[in-house]
Amino acid sequence: MRDRITAFLVLLPSLVAVGIFVYGFIGQNLWVSFTDWGKNPAQALALRPELRFVGLENYRELFTGFVDVRFRQSVVNLIFFTLFFMGGSLGLGLLLAVALDRGPKGEGFFRTVFLFPMALSFVVTGTIWRWLLQPQGGVNVLPTLFGLPPLGFPWLTTRAQVLVFDWNQLPLYTAFVVGLVLLYLGWQAHRAGEGKRRFWSLLSASVLLLWAFTLGRHVQLLPYPEPHGFSLALVGVILAAVWQMSGYTMALYLAGLRGIPVEVLEAAKVDGASEWQTYRHVIFPLLAPITLSAMIVLGHIALKIFDLIFAMAGLDYAPTDVPAIYMYLLAFRGNQFAKGAAIGILLLLLVAVVVIPYLASQLKKEVQR
Amino acid sequence: MGRVFLYGFLLLATLFFLLPVYLVVLTALKEPAKITLDAVWRWPDPVYWESFRTAWEAFRPKFQNSAVLALSATALSALVGALNGYVLAKWPFRGSNLLFALMLFGMFIPYQSILIPLFQFVKAIGLYGTLWGLILVHVVYGIPIVTLIFKNYYSEIPDELVEAARIDGAGFFGIFRHVVLPLSAPAFVVVAIWQFTQIWNEFLFAVTLTRPESQPITVALAQLAGGEAVKWNLPMAGAILAALPTLLVYIFLGRYFLRGLLAGSVKG
Repeated sequence: MRDRITAFLVLLPSLVAVGIFVYGFIGQNLWVSFTDWGKNPAQALALRPELRFVGLENYRELFTGFVDVRFRQSVVNLIFFTLFFMGGSLGLGLLLAVALDRGPKGEGFFRTVFLFPMALSFVVTGTIWRWLLQPQGGVNVLPTLFGLPPLGFPWLTTRAQVLVFDWNQLPLYTAFVVGLVLLYLGWQAHRAGEGKRRFWSLLSASVLLLWAFTLGRHVQLLPYPEPHGFSLALVGVILAAVWQMSGYTMALYLAGLRGIPVEVLEAAKVDGASEWQTYRHVIFPLLAPITLSAMIVLGHIALKIFDLIFAMAGLDYAPTDVPAIYMYLLAFRGNQFAKGAAIGILLLLLVAVVVIPYLASQLKKEVQR
Repeated sequence: MGRVFLYGFLLLATLFFLLPVYLVVLTALKEPAKITLDAVWRWPDPVYWESFRTAWEAFRPKFQNSAVLALSATALSALVGALNGYVLAKWPFRGSNLLFALMLFGMFIPYQSILIPLFQFVKAIGLYGTLWGLILVHVVYGIPIVTLIFKNYYSEIPDELVEAARIDGAGFFGIFRHVVLPLSAPAFVVVAIWQFTQIWNEFLFAVTLTRPESQPITVALAQLAGGEAVKWNLPMAGAILAALPTLLVYIFLGRYFLRGLLAGSVKG
């Protein structure tokens, strides 16, 4: 019995620390995000600032207020960054893993080379790539080594945008995308024969899509159109991020490929499947769970990306802004703590949406085992 | 034909991963006056080692900060993790699994969502701008991952071993010291590599909670590279210095590095 008490006492400090530093701080941050801390510059740095409760005002301002146009661009940047960073890392990682799985000579060497950026800090990666992407140097003069004309793309300093859309359309697009995802889930439930899940996903999908096609088209977040798009200055940042992380996806995929039983592959061969068919119908489906975990990890990294962009473009450059950067800028440069806290909470919500279902499913699997 | 294609692809990929390194080394070894944008890819002639000395002089205090920070926070969190993992794996009590799950959640939160209260807290207890504050923060936010790694590892140790020691009259700490700890080396290596790498490379806490005299090397590097006036040989030499410790860990302990990576893969 005494030992049990000792055991609990040993764990207690960690429990208290996590309780305060995680749950306590999240609660306090939530409270700060509902106040006006930072509105009044005289109060902002006061030792005991007088905080007034303003409800969701900070959140409303971030999404529809006049001054926070930069936040909205940062959200759009984050979406595009996440998509391309994930796609790039997964794609390149898979290609590398498939290549290495075919048993080339010097496999160990290649693996070491592809994985070493993982050991670097994002700050180091950012510093390196900042130099590589100088407009008149680095990557741009690479073609001249082969006698070709140099490239002229200004990488990090461009202000050009593509895929521009009006911010007012965002609810519409969101509803549309979520609706499609729900439709897909419904289709999967249908194939798995889960009636209840099919019903609920189809119902919520149709409500969302119906809303999108009727009321959604007339939603105006702002009294004026506000164009945002994929900022091309992010291309360089994405390149650097893929350089750093694709070795990681390669390691995951390689472990997955090596884990596929030989009998399965031989069975496919006996059935007369071509190499491509084997990949398409046997190997890739078996890798799907790995893709999912990799997506969770990469998505998680993307949502809070900060150091890489800080090191590549700095804090003050709007075209490469993401919410984590804007949050830091608002809170620790501008003393707008309430608004910064609100962005922190939004990031937490985004991560929770991604991570909690994943954790729940992992837990369920563990229980079933 | 297939082989040619395979090696062609691997060669291209190798270039993609190694060319940046080549350029960094090249630039660090060039005389500042010879670093012109159109000649960036040319090998330095003569090789100029002075940048490393200058960078080392500029970065030595920060490098020391990083070393003190990473080593002490790693040692502390390995200790905490071993004890926590031992409790959770071998002395579970009612509700301990739930508490563990609640603890794990701390791994996934984006630190932006606690940064402002954390900043106030560290300031309030008088540790703002000191290495101690940063050590505390890294140990606390490391609790979930180190506990996870040790708990998983200790679950593999047969309960009979613990039971036998108990019958022989060993108590909580006796069993830990004489049975569990001697078996723990691999878990300590994985945790040490993981935490050392993470803490050495960390930036957000460091930039928020330190003053210039307590800055780790990542912050100093980001600020040096961000300045416009500096010649590129210094940031590049600095980048090499900042990367060296974790790269050495990766090269010499790669197998464990990978294991830690996969163990902590959900953390990111």
